[in-house]
Amino acid sequence: MTAKEVRTGMHFMNGDEACCEGALAAGCRFFAGYPITPATEVAESMSRRLPEIGGIYIQMEDEIASMAAILGASWGGVKSMTSTSGPGFSLMMENIGLGLCTETPCVVCNVQRAGPSTGLPTLVAQGDMMQARWGSHGHYEIIALSPSSPQEMFDFTIRAFNLSEYYRLPVIILADETIGHMNERVIIPQEEDIEIVNRRKPTVSREDYLPYEADADGIAPMANCGDGYRIHVTGLTHDDRGYPAMDAKAQEKMITRLVDKIRKNRDKIIRTQNLYLDDAEVVVVSYGISARSAMQAVRDARGEGIKAGLIKLDTVWPFPEELIRGVAPRLKAMIMAEINGGQMVLELERAACGACPVSLVSNFGGAILHPGLILNAVAKAAKEKP
Amino acid sequence: MGQVIVIEDRCKGCSFCIANCPRQVLRLSTVFNKKGYHPPEVVDTTRCVNCHFCEILCPEFAIYSIEFDDFEE
Amino acid sequence: MTTAKAVKNVPPHPMDALLRTERIPHIWCPGCGIGTVFSAVLAAIKNTGWDPNTIAMVSGIGCTGRMAGYIRLDSFHTTHGRALPFATGLKLAKPDTKVIIVSGDGDLFAIGGNHFIHAARRNMDMTVVCVNNFNYGMTGGQQAPSTPLGAKTTTSVNGSPEEPFNLCDLAATCGATYVARWTAMQVRSLRSSISEALEKRGFSFVEVITPCPSSFGRRNRMGTALEMMKFYQGRSVIRSDINPSEALVDIDREIVVGKFVDTERPTFMDHYAKVNRLNLPQWRAMHSDHQKGR
Repeated sequence: MTAKEVRTGMHFMNGDEACCEGALAAGCRFFAGYPITPATEVAESMSRRLPEIGGIYIQMEDEIASMAAILGASWGGVKSMTSTSGPGFSLMMENIGLGLCTETPCVVCNVQRAGPSTGLPTLVAQGDMMQARWGSHGHYEIIALSPSSPQEMFDFTIRAFNLSEYYRLPVIILADETIGHMNERVIIPQEEDIEIVNRRKPTVSREDYLPYEADADGIAPMANCGDGYRIHVTGLTHDDRGYPAMDAKAQEKMITRLVDKIRKNRDKIIRTQNLYLDDAEVVVVSYGISARSAMQAVRDARGEGIKAGLIKLDTVWPFPEELIRGVAPRLKAMIMAEINGGQMVLELERAACGACPVSLVSNFGGAILHPGLILNAVAKAAKEKP
Repeated sequence: MGQVIVIEDRCKGCSFCIANCPRQVLRLSTVFNKKGYHPPEVVDTTRCVNCHFCEILCPEFAIYSIEFDDFEE
Repeated sequence: MTTAKAVKNVPPHPMDALLRTERIPHIWCPGCGIGTVFSAVLAAIKNTGWDPNTIAMVSGIGCTGRMAGYIRLDSFHTTHGRALPFATGLKLAKPDTKVIIVSGDGDLFAIGGNHFIHAARRNMDMTVVCVNNFNYGMTGGQQAPSTPLGAKTTTSVNGSPEEPFNLCDLAATCGATYVARWTAMQVRSLRSSISEALEKRGFSFVEVITPCPSSFGRRNRMGTALEMMKFYQGRSVIRSDINPSEALVDIDREIVVGKFVDTERPTFMDHYAKVNRLNLPQWRAMHSDHQKGR
């Protein structure tokens, strides 16, 4: 019996394995990685599944090599991915920058654990949120998705690949240890019901093709190695030909286009799941595993007659500041629930821009947020005089 | 026999070709190229035997030899 | 007196088809040996007769790394030290591509050291040309793992206090199937070795002792670029087939050059194909080349 690329059906699997299945369903056929708790199961699943469906798994010597290898494989025309946790994510930063500058589609899954440093390797945290946004040097925009369940691990991984192929950049999946190691129902649809996006290819001849000459939407068609276009790809600031261009003018031009690729398409990239937002007075904003604690708290609050609402960030980067700016003026308070010292709350504060009070329910890592903690904060905020 | 062709504006005046030509075909010229270097010039073109040594030594792709027998007395 | 008639229809430089001529002259210093090594690489590529669209160059950061920007092939100028893992991903994704990695001694053996030993251990099917100029040239001439003991660099003004690697020995120990060393002056042997390395199945390694007249040469009072080329060649002793651990680079005494290793070993893909074929009811290779273990 031939192994299936898409394991259609109902499964009971953990988030890491669901991430693997989502990647394969999206067309990923190359994985280079390194073992690290709590992401190891992504690599283990890949090592089992890829050979049976015409893919390649390679365990690299470290996370730096893993990130470099997936960039190389992407230029070889194969959808590629790696997975890691905090310490490995830190190591990958330079090459994530290379992927951003060269506009290389690929996916990096960070199953977050408590840091900093070695931290609590087996325990949950959401402490890499700002790192995902700003971890590599220089200025850039990033796309990061935050699944809250194994099912979302499957679905969001497919979306991550599609976004990376379309916008030509590494896309980060910011999962966490709880989601990664949680076993839940995952429904994998029929292969034909899964939408796959592939990178835009050049339509002109080699003589007319410039590797970084963008279409009107800011995205340049991508010729792969061996397509006959004799491309030059460099991490140096470059012009449309891909050749190093070492001056402020070239920098302005290149970075503007890279940044606008994301900024001008925010409405297509950003996704949230909103609950009870229409008449809410206190809104909890959350993501990942914390969004499930928050959802419970919001339901409980409604049960007590409090007009609570929830904004669950499916995409954490770009941050949905337009949505926040729209609702904040009519709210009594907004509360961010996250497992770190306050990272996405900074974005929430920035977007709310003083229109309503913003507070934080958090811990530094090691345990998920009890819904009761969030409920208390909601109740307290609801009682405040406007 | 051969002829040496110099792409003057590629030359950076390193003299590898001049010093290593087994037939002493070349010498440093006194002209300046676009970048201010002195490219090589041919001393006696009939001495070149098309060995390509200048060509394969040159770091700049600025000199090469071709097969040539069109001489006259 | 014999004079030559004017040459009709002057042909372009024989390497122009493989050069990004719009970027020539390149950035390397007058007398830098990298240009000569580049010429040898191009000649070796031409010699293979392969379709240029099936060849890719991957480089790291440094003067040598800039080579990728001048070759008219699919070329990738990656991050410092990370050319080899990038090339690993590229090769596995597209096995019909011949991957050449060109980089400097610091990029490959300092920051890139870990990647080098593993790429060689895996016997990835690729060719590495290492330009060894004994320092980090691009950043102004700092000490490198190849800097001779006592040599002056900007970060060892009193002389390097470290003994350098024997790069060929390291490559051989880690499992490279082809290991050779030449000086930049020995262009014909160099071209020949690079040709053999390209044709060689597995991880092939060619080290080239190359003058860096602007940095290393100047600080160690080695004279002009031409004098350095002649000096390295003068110190070189050809001893092919000796144990690479005895193929020492001692610029005060002798630089052993030659072809030290030319052997056969299964590649990463050979092993990957074999273990999967044995254990999976229906192993599916990504490409037909993977089935053959390429």
